[in-house]
Amino acid sequence: MDVLTLTYLFVGGSFALYIGIAVWSRASSTEEFYIAGGHVHPIANGMATAADWMSAASFISMAGIIAFMGYDGTVYLMGWTGGYVLLALLLAPYLRKFGEFTVPDFIGSRYYSNTARVVAVISLILISFTYVAGQMRGVGIVFSNFLDVPIDVGVVIGMAVVFMYAVLGGMKGITYTQVAQYCVMIFAYLVPAIFISMLITGIPIPQLGLGAEVADGSGLTVLDKLDSTLVELGFGPYTDGNKATIDVFAITLALMIGTAGLPHVIVRFFTVPKVSDARKSAGYALLFIAVLYTTAPAVGAFARLNFIDTVQGSQYSTVDSWFKNWERVGLIGWLDKNNDGVIQYAPGAAFEGAPRYGSEIGASGERAILNTPTANDNEVYVDRDIMVLANPEIAGLPDWVIALVAAGGLAAALSTAAGLLLVISTSISHDLLKKTMAKGLSDRQELRYARISAAVAIAIAGYLGINPPGFVTQVVAFAFGLAAASLFPAILMGIFYKGMNKEGAITGMVVGLVFTFAYIFYFKFIAPADNNAEHWWFGISPEGIGALGALFNFTVAFVVSRFGKPVPGEVQKMVDNIRIPRAANPRSAPDTS
Amino acid sequence: MENNNDDYWRANLRVAAILLIIWFTVSFGFGILLVEPLNKISFFGFKLGFWWAQQGAIFVFVILIFVYAGIMKRIDKKFGVDEEED
Repeated sequence: MDVLTLTYLFVGGSFALYIGIAVWSRASSTEEFYIAGGHVHPIANGMATAADWMSAASFISMAGIIAFMGYDGTVYLMGWTGGYVLLALLLAPYLRKFGEFTVPDFIGSRYYSNTARVVAVISLILISFTYVAGQMRGVGIVFSNFLDVPIDVGVVIGMAVVFMYAVLGGMKGITYTQVAQYCVMIFAYLVPAIFISMLITGIPIPQLGLGAEVADGSGLTVLDKLDSTLVELGFGPYTDGNKATIDVFAITLALMIGTAGLPHVIVRFFTVPKVSDARKSAGYALLFIAVLYTTAPAVGAFARLNFIDTVQGSQYSTVDSWFKNWERVGLIGWLDKNNDGVIQYAPGAAFEGAPRYGSEIGASGERAILNTPTANDNEVYVDRDIMVLANPEIAGLPDWVIALVAAGGLAAALSTAAGLLLVISTSISHDLLKKTMAKGLSDRQELRYARISAAVAIAIAGYLGINPPGFVTQVVAFAFGLAAASLFPAILMGIFYKGMNKEGAITGMVVGLVFTFAYIFYFKFIAPADNNAEHWWFGISPEGIGALGALFNFTVAFVVSRFGKPVPGEVQKMVDNIRIPRAANPRSAPDTS
Repeated sequence: MENNNDDYWRANLRVAAILLIIWFTVSFGFGILLVEPLNKISFFGFKLGFWWAQQGAIFVFVILIFVYAGIMKRIDKKFGVDEEED
């Protein structure tokens, strides 16, 4: 069987599995639709959270980003895991005890205000749509690269699959599909990583392989060899960074508190039966995430080493076939600046802008590139995403591993998209309709509205996937920055500071949201030429500004709360209640379910 | 009862604070602020600062959450605020 047939088989098989699970776990009440009835086992919830959390970016892009950033890639590794500690210690158990359905629910009740609820819904929708557009695009890219299907058709197929299990099954359907998707994803990530670790170091565990000696008789370790190879070619050493320490600090912090403030992650902890389960479940979630996140830096380093080995100084006419395969797709480009037929790899961009390929063929048989060449020696353009996608080919692994990677990438993108779409739809049907605009809704009507808003959200997400507003890839910073600067501080103060009143919390959220949005918007769209350390505040890039936004949120909230009215007695009692695991828990009482 | 709940809350805050200090030390401390001096030390083929940043901190994060869940289970019982088994 050829690769394409195998890929269709793997992807088709996994889709059939997801849809089968959806039909089996159809939701019949709002409680099942919103929080899977609150009966999910902590380990299952941990897996579902891991799949929910690890998106197309984690699966496809992260190792490639690390491969090219070296030490600086740390911001993603620590930033996208450290937030779970905050979540487990500071948020998840209390929100579970609170026992309602959504994040705006908590903010609206704790700050006894529908204004607070609506502000929370607005940030939730901003965060989630930014994030979901990227996922749908990821689905399209996997389809076009592996299945020879146009990107748009790929997005539509992805929409149809998500529609099946999110609209039918709600949280219940999503949870059990995500468990399956986690298994597919992690298997697809580990198999090539183990193979490659074996090839390069002879050690089957990538986490250890990264520190081991290269099996080429040089006696150098992987990282030492990478450092010295890169320095020889004129790059900085792999294990040193280029970013300023303050920026690394701010980005890591913003990603951590952003993670802890992401609504689609938080609601996963509403689905377990008990407070103690919420704590444990966060541990399992991070354990399952860590399996991929500690493998990624190894994959990144191996891939960079392999890449340099095959490419640097090779004759184009005899270079490995993967180079030409990905050149055909447009993710690799080669511009033979000195016309010697040999590929030179060096620091800097080989030419200005994204590659534009001409129809003619160059002197060595390469695709001609029309861009203006730069003055440096580098002749190679490489899209970072191919590091994971092309890894099996680069390492000469069997065809079924390539097919597996395609199924894994789709599992990662679809599971995250479904989780995001669900929080969007519940915040509309529950927070905007039931709790604010149409208070008399029955359970059955609310469930219908939840399904309708899920369907509409999927359609919008699909539209954004097919017609990506040019900025989608640039604004991942939005999602994390906004979550860090708006939702996280409001929830944290709601639990730990009884004296925080609605005046303080609402002003804090609005200030955090507006400041972070404005800062990112300014540097990404209004003055992109100024987007460098000289113009940044305190040397903090737009990626890290959510950390400062959160600080502003806290400060403004404290100051304003001094001038507001004191918190009503019953709200103070509610805070007392969520701090204690036992007692008046509406959901464990037998008469409510 | 009121007093008991306050004591429980203080015990909880103490545990969380200690674990968060460790969280900060391994990630922002070892992985970012102290990365250069630590990189002079070799650790299983890694520069130590680089290892903390790209692997060590993540392992500690996982352990911290399970430790918190374990300790809190004991504290919940001690103060009699644990959830009844159903």
